[in-house]
This record gives sequence, structure tokens and C-alpha cells, in this order.
Amino acid sequence: MTTSFNLNGKQVTVKAEPDTPLLWVIRDEIGLTGTKFGCGMALCGACTVQLDGAPIRSCQTPVSAAAGKKVATVESLSKDNSHPLQKAWIAHDVPQCGYCQSGQLMSAAALLRTNKNPSDADIENAMSGNICRCGTYNRIRAAIKSAAAEMRKA
Amino acid sequence: MTTTRRDFLKVTALVGGGLTLGVSLPGAVSNVQAAGTLHTPNAWVHIADDNTITLISARSEMGQGVYTSMPMLIAEELGVDIRKIKVEIAPVGEVYTNALLGGQLTGGSTSVRDGWEKLRVAGAQVRTMLVTAAAQKWNVDAATLKAGDGKVTGPGGRKATYGELADAASKLPVPKDVVLKDPKDFKIIGKPTKRLDTPRKVNGTAVFGIDVKLPGMVYASLEQCPVIGGKVVSFDASKAKAMLGVIDVVQIRDGVAVVADSYWHAKKAREAVTVTWDEGAGAAIDNASMMDGIRNAKDAPTPIKKTGDADAAMKSAAKTMQAEYWSPLLAHATMEPQNFTADYKDGKCLVIGPAQFQQGTQGNVAAAVGLKPEDVTVQTTFLGGGFGRRLEYDFAVQAAQISKAVGKPVKLLWSREDDTTHDFYRPMAFHRMAAGLDAAGKPVALTFQLTSQSVTQRAFGLPKGTLDPFMAEAAVVGYDIPNMTQELIEHDSGLRVGYWRSVSHALNAFANESFIDELAAAAGKDPYQYRLALLDKQPRFANVLKIAATKAGWGKPLAPGRSRGIALMEGYDTYMAQVAEISVKDNEITVHKMWVAADLGRMVNPDTVEAQIESSIAFGLSSVLGSEITLDKGRVQQTNFHDYPVIRMSQMPRIDVTLVKSTEKPGGIGEPATALVGPAVANALFAATGKRVRKLPLSPDNIKSA
Repeated sequence: MTTSFNLNGKQVTVKAEPDTPLLWVIRDEIGLTGTKFGCGMALCGACTVQLDGAPIRSCQTPVSAAAGKKVATVESLSKDNSHPLQKAWIAHDVPQCGYCQSGQLMSAAALLRTNKNPSDADIENAMSGNICRCGTYNRIRAAIKSAAAEMRKA
Repeated sequence: MTTTRRDFLKVTALVGGGLTLGVSLPGAVSNVQAAGTLHTPNAWVHIADDNTITLISARSEMGQGVYTSMPMLIAEELGVDIRKIKVEIAPVGEVYTNALLGGQLTGGSTSVRDGWEKLRVAGAQVRTMLVTAAAQKWNVDAATLKAGDGKVTGPGGRKATYGELADAASKLPVPKDVVLKDPKDFKIIGKPTKRLDTPRKVNGTAVFGIDVKLPGMVYASLEQCPVIGGKVVSFDASKAKAMLGVIDVVQIRDGVAVVADSYWHAKKAREAVTVTWDEGAGAAIDNASMMDGIRNAKDAPTPIKKTGDADAAMKSAAKTMQAEYWSPLLAHATMEPQNFTADYKDGKCLVIGPAQFQQGTQGNVAAAVGLKPEDVTVQTTFLGGGFGRRLEYDFAVQAAQISKAVGKPVKLLWSREDDTTHDFYRPMAFHRMAAGLDAAGKPVALTFQLTSQSVTQRAFGLPKGTLDPFMAEAAVVGYDIPNMTQELIEHDSGLRVGYWRSVSHALNAFANESFIDELAAAAGKDPYQYRLALLDKQPRFANVLKIAATKAGWGKPLAPGRSRGIALMEGYDTYMAQVAEISVKDNEITVHKMWVAADLGRMVNPDTVEAQIESSIAFGLSSVLGSEITLDKGRVQQTNFHDYPVIRMSQMPRIDVTLVKSTEKPGGIGEPATALVGPAVANALFAATGKRVRKLPLSPDNIKSA
């Protein structure tokens, strides 16, 4: 039994059993390790990826749910850090340990897909599922606003 | 690890007593990637023929920014553009010992304090060697040459890159005496500098322990006794062994490991293993018995400091006050669950992962798999948080034992539940405070007694009855009180305990700074003015207190429902004051804003300093608002972020940081702000409600029952 889906623009077929969490398929079978494991219970958001553009917790999403769909991980933003969110993250020096930031970025990217000018409340709502133990929250909020402003100009 | 213990204790006694300079030894072979031949003039600098310059950080990057600040110190004297260098985390080596802690370890907010002088000396040594090499090459006086921006220039337009000179320079003797720059000429140190590790932390390429992959590697999930310290009596793995992808099931010291071709297969099969445990003495512990044991501890007190005669002054005081404070057990909850990768092969062992204490990892892995320390290679990845948890090496030892048992490279990964239930917890703490006030309400006597468990006894074999310096942190206040005694009771509650960000500063500052607030209230004085009046002889304390109060608008009217609290401390050679502005609804606290004033002497990267203050406040606030570990029948009752909550973005206060310009020696900044959140918020809670909550966390339950 295999599962096929689109990962970061490329079609992939994986062998993992259908109930395997998408997280472990992406990390261990495909070998893309930007997406992180934090809690295994969809509580911390470190494993956030996008499924057809919506932010999901890949630790609680079976790979079968991705069949035929588009999955995007942090690696999809850009390799050269040219995505407005990556640029804003660098400009605001957001990451500390950095472990949660892939998930933070993917939640933020999903927010900016549908909301080009998010308020503080919009941001706090969209980011409420992502824990940062280093407490980079204020910088994340500021960076999302910077990225949104840049994306509005583009 | 007897050497480390001895060194640790020897050096511990000298904390604050001056730095040791030992930078001229060659470093161990590094796995630096560079084009061309690599030259290593000293342990901190590698220069390749193609002018690729790699600077070594001997400290682990766990978010605090050493990957940038350590190279900045070297680069300042070496004369290279910080944006053009590469950074490598050091291998294990004596030369990389942290002189403030006596081992190669990252903690105690020591990285800049330890590196401040020796890393600049290291950079200056290499610069001097490069200049000497150029002078010999061109047959000119070295005094006519200039070094900077990665090259040496001389009369007549002579020019050579460091790469061109590195081979000759690395054959020269290392100069003993080098002249360091006057700080007014610093081009890098003290300038806000973008972190060098950010680019790879925003595109998924930063390698954490969990991301390590070795050829032929298999995955392990470890079932440990629900009571920490319990041992395997027997286990049945017949079902697990038949499951998809399972390679083996092996017993090690701490439990039963399922090894499989993927983490998921290992984890699923682990659920099918049944283990019979000997739970050991730990099974008798619960919260009530721990609190009872601490309150009634019969262990002899260890004096910290005695000033004047507190007993006599207490007897003649116009008024006396007593109060008791409790701080709970806490877990570290690093975002990256504990993990390590090990490859035991042919009498050698390679271990790779997130480590705060490289020598401890090396020595203990070696002992556990029967090798000499030199046959164990430790490679340090990025750490997905440390906070003291990764000063331990239990997970590295386990990975090595599993690898040895199955004869394959193994990545051991703990689940979040494993992590929360098998931490080395911040010890529970109990404070008895007493004070005597004169007729005007001014304190004439203060006594402080902490009862808690010594981490240092467990971690470094500190003999019982010896003062654990990490318990005495911030015990002695800066206030001018003529008669004081501070003492501690080291009481072993039976649960394994660990160093937790800011260690005892958080425990002791909560008691001291809550109690001084109580004295102010008893005297009918404003808590800020009351403190300030006791700081005439302490300009650095007084200064940060005034700044924080002024910036917060202390004394000015507040929005309806808002209140303020203030707190003050010196820790890690850093003077800091915080003001919290909060509101309370249905016994739930919202912290709206925090003002921080910090005087930490000279700074290397002020932007990182601010980030560390923000981070420490978030970390402290999580523990203040609701995190708490509790025990029942020796089992930790919390398992994941639903019952061990940490703050989310909506709970993060706005933070206003003022950094005092100073030419004092650098102080540490990774931790102190953590410690002041508790008392600042508790004091604001008192201002809001008149309730003095003396038990952390400041949860609705504890507020209600106060």
C-alpha cells in the first residue's frame, strides 16, 4: 500500500502504512527534517505544515489524509530565504533556539494567504497553536506585520 | 568523572574571582568544512588557504546566541568581518573548559563572562602571528604592518590575505603577551549584530539532535519506569518483536528499548511491550509528603551570611513579621524532546546530539559502555532549548547503550510524555522569612532560611553539609539592613532534581522580593520608595530600580483594573529591576506589560541581550502563571502541554527593556530576568487584590485559597 501526494511542488509516493502520522513520513521516509516533532498531540505546533494551504499538525494527521493533496513544509518557502516571512524573521532576529520556528513560519504563511493585513488579534488567533519556549512571540508578531506589509506592496 | 567534580568544586569556590587564560593549546581536530588546507594557529581559529575563516564557539547554541557572540569576541581582535566567517561548535577539549564552571559546559549565564577576555586574547594572538608571518615574508618591521578585514597590509602597497599567511603563521610560536584593543575602539563588540544562525533556522536546514542521520541508522523508543529510578524486573517483548519494522528489543539500565526501522514503528511496538518494574523507594513520594518533609526537615542549617546580630535586633524591634513561601517542582520542557544518536563500533563510540555538558556526556557515555573517555567522540548539534535539562546526559548514555546492544547506529528519541515524566526537576523550595521593623517601619533585622534540595550534591557529588553555592544565589539582598542572617537547609526529598533556568535566583528572589513588599505594606510605604530608601550604598541597584519605576510610570494613575508590582535583584553579576503591569479577573492574571532595567556591564551583542530578557520573561511567566509538576505514588502526573501549560502568544506581555550603559565587567543575561517575574507579578497581584499569594504558581486555585 502506498500513498501519493504533492510535497512542496513535487509528486511523491511513500510506503508508510496509511495511519502513520504525516510528520514521520516527511521526516524519516522522505528525509525533509525542517518540520519538527514537539508533542505528538497537536498541542505545540512544531510540526505545522500546510495541507492544501491550511495549517495542520502533521503529528496528528495520518498520511492517508494527504493522499492526492498538496503538502507544503518550511522548505517550500524558499531555499535562499527570499520569502517575505523568512526575510522578516531575519530582519527581526526572531529565532533563538529555532526549534519551533518552522512551525511558526508555516502557521504565519497560512495566515497571510487569507489575510494580507492582520491585526494583533488576528495574529494571536492564528498563532495560538504554536508554542515557543524561548518566548520569541513579540518578535514573531512584529515580523508577521513586516512580511504582510511587504507582501501588500508586491 | 572525578576530575570534573573536583575541578567543578574547586572552581565553584572561585566564581567571580577572576578568569583563567589558557588559550594557546592547539585544539582537537575539528570537522570544519573548508576549501583548501586548514591551518589552526590556536584552538579558536581555523584559516583555510582560500581565506575561509572559521571561529570556534566552545559553548552550545541553545537559543542564547553564543553562535554569534563568541565569534564576535574573537573577530574583534582578529580583524575579520563577522558576516564573512563560519562558525563551528567545539569538540571536547580541555582548552574549551569554562573557567567559571570548571568543565566544558554551557550554563549559569557564563559564556560571555568566561569568554570576554580569553576569546579576545585568542583573536589577538592569531592576528599577531599573521602579522609576524607577513613581516618575515616581506622582510619588514612588523610595526609597519596593519591587520584587519581578513588581510595584512604594509608599506609599498604590500597586501596578503589571512589565508595566504595562515600556513606560515600557524608554524610560529603562540605569543604570550598580546595587547588588546581599548574598548572605545571596538568595531564589533557592543554593536547590535544579526545572529549568524538565523538563516538556517528559517529554511529548515539547521541541524538539531533530532535531525541527525547516520548511514545504516535505526530508531529507538525507550520505555522507562513510571517511577524515576525504578528498575526492570522482567519484560515480555514477544508481541512487539513480531510487529512491522521491529529489529530488536533490548534491556538497558534505564528500561526496555524497542529498536525499529523508523521512529514510528519503534514507538508503536513499544506500546506492545509489557514490563514488570521494581519501582524502588521513589514510589513512596507524593506532593504532600514532600512538602511535609521539607517543612519539618531536621537537616542542620548551613550558613550563607551573617551581618550584625539579627536575633538581638529582632527582640528589640518595634514590630516583627514572619512569612513562608513555596515554590513548586518544575520541568524544563525544551521544545525539542530529549534525544541523542550513537554509533558504538570497534571499541569506539560516536555520540551526536544536543549537549550542554560535553565532558559529562563523554565521560558518562564511556563509563556506561565500558570505554575510555578518549574513545568516545562527542559532536554537538544545535539544541532545541536547553534551560539546564541538557546539562544532563541520561539520553546520550541510553543511546550509546542501545547502539552497543544492537550493533548499529541508533537514534534514540523520547516522546513528550517521556520528557515531561523523566526530567531532572527544579526542586521544591520552602522559605521562612522574618523581619524586625523600627518604629518608622524601617527594617532593622532580616532572617532568610531556604529549605530545598541540592542539585549540586546529585550532579557533582558536593558533600552534604557543604554550602551549595547554587542554592545561595540571590539569597543576600542588596538592601541596607544592619542585622541579617541567611542560611539554607539542604534536604533530600528523594526525587531527582536539576538546574533550571536561573536556578535558585527564582526561588530566593520570590521570597526576598515578596517579603520586602510585605514589609513596605506593613510600614504603610510605597513599595518602590521603601526599597529605594534602603539602597543609598548600592548605586547600581538604585539606578536600575529608578529606571524601571520611571519608565513604567510608577506612581502615576493606571487604567481601571490595572495594577503594578516591582522587584529587584542582582544575579550573574547583572543588576536588574522589573515592573509588571497586570489585571486580574476571576482569579486569573493577565500580564499586560513588563518594564525591565538591566545593568550588566559591557555587552557583546545588545540585541541578543534584549532577546534573552524577552525570553527569560516568557520562561519565568510560564512557571508563574500555571506550570507545576506534582507527584503521586512517585509518578509525575503531568505528561504534555495540556497539563503542563507554557505561555502562548496571547499571554506574552509587551516588554520595554532599558540597558544601562556601563564599563563594568560583563554580567550574565541568559537567566536573571526569569527570576524576577514571580515577585513582580505577585507584588502586582497584591496591589490589585490585597491578597498576598505566597505559593507559586499564581494560579486561580492558589489565588483563591490565599
